[in-house]
Amino acid sequence: MTKKQNSLTSNLYIFIVMAFMYLPILVMIAYSFNNSKSRGAWSGFTTKWYADLIQNESILSALLNTLIVAVISSVIATLLGTAAAVGIQAMKKRSRDLIMNFTYLPVMSPEIVMGVSLMLLFVMFKVDFSLFTVIVAHITFNVPYVILSVLPKLRQMDKYLFEAALDLGCTPLQAFTKVMLPEIMPGIITGFLIAFTFSLDDFNISYFVSGERAQTLPVLIYSMTRKRVSPEINALSAIIFVVVLAVLILTNLNDIRRENQLQKGGRRG
Amino acid sequence: MKARIAAAPYLLWAALFIVVPMGLVGYYALTDMNGGFTLDNFVQGMRFAPVIGSSVWLAIIATALCLAIAYPLAYLISRKSANTQRTLVLLVMLPMWMNFLLRTYAWMTLLENNGVINRLLGMIGLGPYEMINTQGAVVLGMVYNYLPFMILPLYSVMTKIEPSLIEAATDLGCSPGETLRQVVLPLSLPGIATGITMVFVPSVSTFVISVMLGGGSFMLIGDLIEMQFLGNAYNPNLGAALSLVLMVILLVCMALTDMFHNPEEKEGLLL
Amino acid sequence: MDRTILRRMAAFLCLAALLAANGFACFAGDSFDLDRDNLPYTGDWDAYTYDEEYYGQLRGQGASINFYNWGEYISDGSDDLIDVISEFEDLTDIKVYYTNFATNEELYAKLKSGAASYDVIIPSDYMIARMIKEDMLLPLDYDNIPNAKYMNEGFMDPNYDPGSVYSLPYAWNTVAIIYNTSMVEEEPDSWGILWDETYAGQILMFNNSRDAFGVALKYLGYSLNTEDPDQLREAAELLKEQKPLVQAYVMDQMFDKMENNEAAIATYYAGDALLIDNDDIDIVIPKEGTNKFVDAICIPASAKNKLGAEMFINFLNEPVVNAQNIEYIGYGTANLAAYCLLDEELRDDPVLYPSQEILDNSEMFVNLSDEANLLLDQLWTEVKASNKNVMIWGILPCATIAAIVIGKTWYRRRTAKRHRYMMED
Repeated sequence: MTKKQNSLTSNLYIFIVMAFMYLPILVMIAYSFNNSKSRGAWSGFTTKWYADLIQNESILSALLNTLIVAVISSVIATLLGTAAAVGIQAMKKRSRDLIMNFTYLPVMSPEIVMGVSLMLLFVMFKVDFSLFTVIVAHITFNVPYVILSVLPKLRQMDKYLFEAALDLGCTPLQAFTKVMLPEIMPGIITGFLIAFTFSLDDFNISYFVSGERAQTLPVLIYSMTRKRVSPEINALSAIIFVVVLAVLILTNLNDIRRENQLQKGGRRG
Repeated sequence: MKARIAAAPYLLWAALFIVVPMGLVGYYALTDMNGGFTLDNFVQGMRFAPVIGSSVWLAIIATALCLAIAYPLAYLISRKSANTQRTLVLLVMLPMWMNFLLRTYAWMTLLENNGVINRLLGMIGLGPYEMINTQGAVVLGMVYNYLPFMILPLYSVMTKIEPSLIEAATDLGCSPGETLRQVVLPLSLPGIATGITMVFVPSVSTFVISVMLGGGSFMLIGDLIEMQFLGNAYNPNLGAALSLVLMVILLVCMALTDMFHNPEEKEGLLL
Repeated sequence: MDRTILRRMAAFLCLAALLAANGFACFAGDSFDLDRDNLPYTGDWDAYTYDEEYYGQLRGQGASINFYNWGEYISDGSDDLIDVISEFEDLTDIKVYYTNFATNEELYAKLKSGAASYDVIIPSDYMIARMIKEDMLLPLDYDNIPNAKYMNEGFMDPNYDPGSVYSLPYAWNTVAIIYNTSMVEEEPDSWGILWDETYAGQILMFNNSRDAFGVALKYLGYSLNTEDPDQLREAAELLKEQKPLVQAYVMDQMFDKMENNEAAIATYYAGDALLIDNDDIDIVIPKEGTNKFVDAICIPASAKNKLGAEMFINFLNEPVVNAQNIEYIGYGTANLAAYCLLDEELRDDPVLYPSQEILDNSEMFVNLSDEANLLLDQLWTEVKASNKNVMIWGILPCATIAAIVIGKTWYRRRTAKRHRYMMED
């Protein structure tokens, strides 16, 4: 096989998989402009589903809930997780291994079990199901991801840096903020972003702990798919897709810019 | 002051919201409706062995298909130029950011008897095929939803394989097949293990995909658990017992994949 | 019309109903046998106004209620009909948090688990009986529900809630076979069509235990309320037998599927057929008889705003509101004044208000004993869990990958050291 043929087949393969991943989404976007309520036939162009969607109060309030939960839970999870990572790194190997295994538990265990167990907990202690319970649940499943993204950065850090700072007269707090924090910042940011996106997208756990007033968007979408489905749901997908696309492109452009600057500074990105 | 203290809030949190709830699940699993000790829930749970079996089976198929699709893709992406790599990874991640319920719903539109695919096939005189509400559709839903979870860890290990290593292998007389077998595959094993866990765990425990694409006719263990807690047959004790069974299945599966890599490597790959 | 006359008329009707009810407080049978040319309520409803003082009681306090209802079961402002919830919110300044359930059992689970608290719920008859038995409901304070006077007395004091202490009827209907005439040649008259191989893959079945078993039990000629384990098991076997023919077990997803010709036959509540936007849809009530049911409004024990809930119940029974709401949902109303307001066409619709003959041949669910309920849940889970076809072709990708992985593990074990060295590189 020649090299050219080779890259042709490889490109073709990539294209096919991408088509598989994007076809359903594109079909939904197309149908969001379909005039007919029915899913089958195409009957002319309309934007009325978008107008309906924007006026749909329950969707808007679910969106607001989702954002509130995502922001609060990811911030708290980041704080808890970063502190935990610093603490875990300072431990002896045996207790560290023990805690790490324990930290993997929520990452590896099925979400439904976590949702169910938290539901039982809240019922047992008679906690009203509300945004509070959703936030607590989200923090719980997000903290491990923050720990897992901060720890490697801590490990890469020169462990004598912190001690040196202390020797040079910093208080532990100063040493942390001035020396350690800048070093592990990339890990913290990654952890925060992961926590934020997981929280935005979570359905399996929220479903069990959201109660009747704190429905997040995924929970609402689930209840929409169980009823007669309005094409508003297509419009919603289209909007989410475009927003996500825009965010990803923007962050990516930012990355490229930063990388170029780094390269100009003579370092490899 | 010791830095170890910093982990205390997390440990407290985890004790309260992970250990105690799991304890509650255990408590429910071992008691009956009136709170008396019983093993009856597990005995009853055993009657659903076929459901558990078929959940595991469908999840295994989905995981295998994901691996088969993702492995070449991850390899091909990792051999592209840096910019192309970035774009392609972005394209892989993008659907992950869309809610999975919406993506699954999209497949409903495609697979229905009068759905898009059957209409297109009808135009060229084929079909209609019965696609929705079959087990195949459920597996498809799993593969579609969790494919990125397989691609990304594989890609992240493969991109670490230095091209020079592969060149060296070629220079030393390896055929492309041999290079793949001797160099790429061993180096990507940790990624495979992570990918398998990340696809298998959500696949085996899903309770939505089977309802949306399987028409409620192919029950998985996730559906069974949901049904006992918030669904059509309220029995939290049985549900708790089934949750424990699910946990055990997954712990076994984790122990199996754990053979492939040591814990130090794990965290970098998850992310 | 003068209020006193109204009240007298209501009292008279009540008496008539009681006399006719000969011990069995059934519904519709007697009550809707009324002289349709001579309805008790007439008059100028256009000028009808709400009692502002009554509805203003909770104004400005930031009050709210949680309302848990079936899907597609309250008028939402489409088809130029009233938007019940927003009208109520405007009138009373009470915010309504509205969510849906799909089956009685789901409602029960949600309440029983304590995972939510609601102020207003609309369960069906047998579930109300079960909830009363388990102390899950609060008695209604009729002083706060003046519009209860409009109720058709035939629906009051039902078996499932003696004395109407806990519930006020919302709507009633029967279970029927809904089918698409372009896909079903014959005119079905029996539940048997649901077991007809001709329609394999074209059948939509109820996704809840009581309704699904009801269909099977009626087909077998048993009572809907049998507690005989053998009869229940026989029904379960029948349902398992049917499973390969069933395209999907659904509740409200039925609407979309029937509308888009995705399925030929569905079992559902008769009135919902009118909501399906497809000209080929027809319904039939099988000769073996069917289930007639009443859905009634209740206040769960965990309610936090009982007064607000009662105001909402009262609002739902404002004749003008009720009439438009019932027109939207397509079931029969238990509110006599609202019934009188309906167009003649709707009043005489055989789907909404079936003939006496059909009603006589139908049965209502009653709450079963705890043992029977448990058995039913178990059998239903078994029906749903039964699965005869295993995906054989799945072996192929699995075996391939398993072979590679096992081979490589062995290889890796052998070269583990070298390997780790390279990873660190």
